[in-house]
Amino acid sequence: MRASLRTTAAAAATALALLLTGCAGTDDGRGDNGRIELSFQSLAWQKESVDANKQLVKEWNEAHPDIHVSYVQGSWDTVHDQLLTSFEGGEAPDIIHDASDDLADFAYGGYLADLRTLLPGRLTADIPRQSWSTTTFGDGVYGVPFLQEPRVLIANTRILAESGVRVPTPDRPWSWAEFRQVTEELTGEGRYGVAWPLKEPVSVTLNLGLSGGGKLFHRGADGKVTIRAGEGDRIVPGTIHDQVNIDHSASRTALGMGGSDTLPGFFGGKYAMVPLGFSYRQQVVEQAPEGFEWTVLPAPAGSAGPAQGVSPQTLSVSEASPHKKEAAQFIDFLLRPPNMVRLAKGDWMLPTGTAALADPSLHTAENGWATGVAVAKALRPAPAQSVRGYPEWKDKVATPALQEYYSGAIGADELRKRLVDDGNRVLARYQR
Amino acid sequence: MSLRTSRTARAGQYAALLGYLVFLAFPFLWLISTAFKPARELGSLHPTWIPENPTLDNFRKAFDEQPLLQAAANSLIAALCAAFIAVLVATPTAYVMARRRSRLSTAATGWVVISQAFPLVLLIIPLFLILKNLHLINTLWGLIMVYTVWALPFALWMLVGYVRAVPAELEEAASVDGAGRLRTLVSVTAPLLAPGIVATALFAFITAWNELFFALVLLKTPEKQTLPVVLTHFIGAEGAADLGPLAAAAFLATLPSLVVFAIIQRRITGGMLAGAVKS
Repeated sequence: MRASLRTTAAAAATALALLLTGCAGTDDGRGDNGRIELSFQSLAWQKESVDANKQLVKEWNEAHPDIHVSYVQGSWDTVHDQLLTSFEGGEAPDIIHDASDDLADFAYGGYLADLRTLLPGRLTADIPRQSWSTTTFGDGVYGVPFLQEPRVLIANTRILAESGVRVPTPDRPWSWAEFRQVTEELTGEGRYGVAWPLKEPVSVTLNLGLSGGGKLFHRGADGKVTIRAGEGDRIVPGTIHDQVNIDHSASRTALGMGGSDTLPGFFGGKYAMVPLGFSYRQQVVEQAPEGFEWTVLPAPAGSAGPAQGVSPQTLSVSEASPHKKEAAQFIDFLLRPPNMVRLAKGDWMLPTGTAALADPSLHTAENGWATGVAVAKALRPAPAQSVRGYPEWKDKVATPALQEYYSGAIGADELRKRLVDDGNRVLARYQR
Repeated sequence: MSLRTSRTARAGQYAALLGYLVFLAFPFLWLISTAFKPARELGSLHPTWIPENPTLDNFRKAFDEQPLLQAAANSLIAALCAAFIAVLVATPTAYVMARRRSRLSTAATGWVVISQAFPLVLLIIPLFLILKNLHLINTLWGLIMVYTVWALPFALWMLVGYVRAVPAELEEAASVDGAGRLRTLVSVTAPLLAPGIVATALFAFITAWNELFFALVLLKTPEKQTLPVVLTHFIGAEGAADLGPLAAAAFLATLPSLVVFAIIQRRITGGMLAGAVKS
């Protein structure tokens, strides 16, 4: 009895071990017919964008019968966890759509292929150096930045015209001081000059902060990063804080909102302007009441001009892909200038490529396209996106500190102390 | 307690219940309202409960943009199979654990409770690797296995409680009347356990129907994806959402749970031990 039990247990263990180790076949990424099979996980979500992506995949498959690309739909909401699990399990898509601020962990973790030797010269030369720096980690390039969105001011045309304030242009944007003054002038009975949707206050503060010369994160010669707050770092948070708490020209309730949440108030005339990502224009076009007139204005500029940080959308190749060269060829096809324009229009964003940016269809005043294109050359890599420990600093230190500061609960000195002192303690743990 | 006091207490109870109902119903009613509103009404500063210009455009867009029917079918298959298997496995196990008290059953119960504390993220990678080696990634069977295992501990815990609520004396009385072990289980215990089994199956079904994370990680191709995964496709970067179609699709996604619950809720709450005692 005992012997048979032992035999049974041994047989079961052997069967399980065989199942867990022996079943996995080798995968050379070829189908039964010998055709190379690639999977492309796209995060496109708006109908025009999904359609454009699918159409391009179809065109590729028609032109390349020996390299078949399958379109896989991903989601922005869950992409990080999903990719992490796929990488760990060796089941990641060959071509990966993501954003540059999400790539650092994957790049340093060895999950993404270094694209330097895989990409053609045409594509490398077409995208500006500052865009490439958003996907450069250490010595490697781990993604192709292809779409980006500046933050712009979406403004109620009628209120602007009635107030008589100077309307800014990309060549002559408002200074931060002038912007503060204008929002005061636009504020009236039942109306705020501006609504800052700061549900995610860190990226807005840091990205716009570049225009005031803010940097906050400083990399030393030894490669280590420290946080230091200079005068330039105070410009943007100081302006927002004063608009809310001193001038009362910015809505306090909007501070906890996401971008979409501010639109009803904007359409209802409760807010004269809303600083939003460029792609929000799509929602404005779709939801604005009949006859509502709006315009796109450049974000205010500071001592560093109209500079602002962005984290472009990216296309990467999985390190585990058996067909990296073909995956890179597909990326090159996807990002040919006319195709990049199609993708940009589908997502209501700006292409990073110089040739695509020059496309006449993007230089139209309609829906503010031209304003976006005009500010594109001032876009810089978002600060700190390659800093290890940034996500923890953002979630545990910066977000609560900025939320308290903007609401008036703490002052500028306390904010500085938290961002810098507490922040450096967080970063130190990642840089031992 | 005086009559007046008891009436006041009763009124208070009803008020609290009403408040709770409003609290629970509000998001769902708002979801329905949003699903039927045209885009321009979604951006209104003064939103209304009843859409001024009700439209089915959001439903049309939702079906046009995403494979909702296919996804619903996948969800239904996964949830039904997981619920069925979980109940099939959990019922006899729970019976043994409830009726045969021992250190082992106590330890098993403890383990069941502890297992509920494990975060998904802790399990997903090992689970992924096991399923990959079994060639069950991107298959509904792989997902059903996961859902079954995921629902099993809680199902077991629920059913142990239900079994314990059935007086052992009833089974003893049946055996005194000459019924065998199997006859007792089928004719006496099973009918009394039925509401508990239904409640447990419903729990397993709803858990699987609503689950996102495992489905997201384990299923890749569009024709395999479940409804919660497809719903995420209406959400963009930084929380931007295609609100109308999302609300329409989410409303449709809640219907099966509501219908199932409406059909069987009486069986869950009604007379669990009705007819148990001979009069």
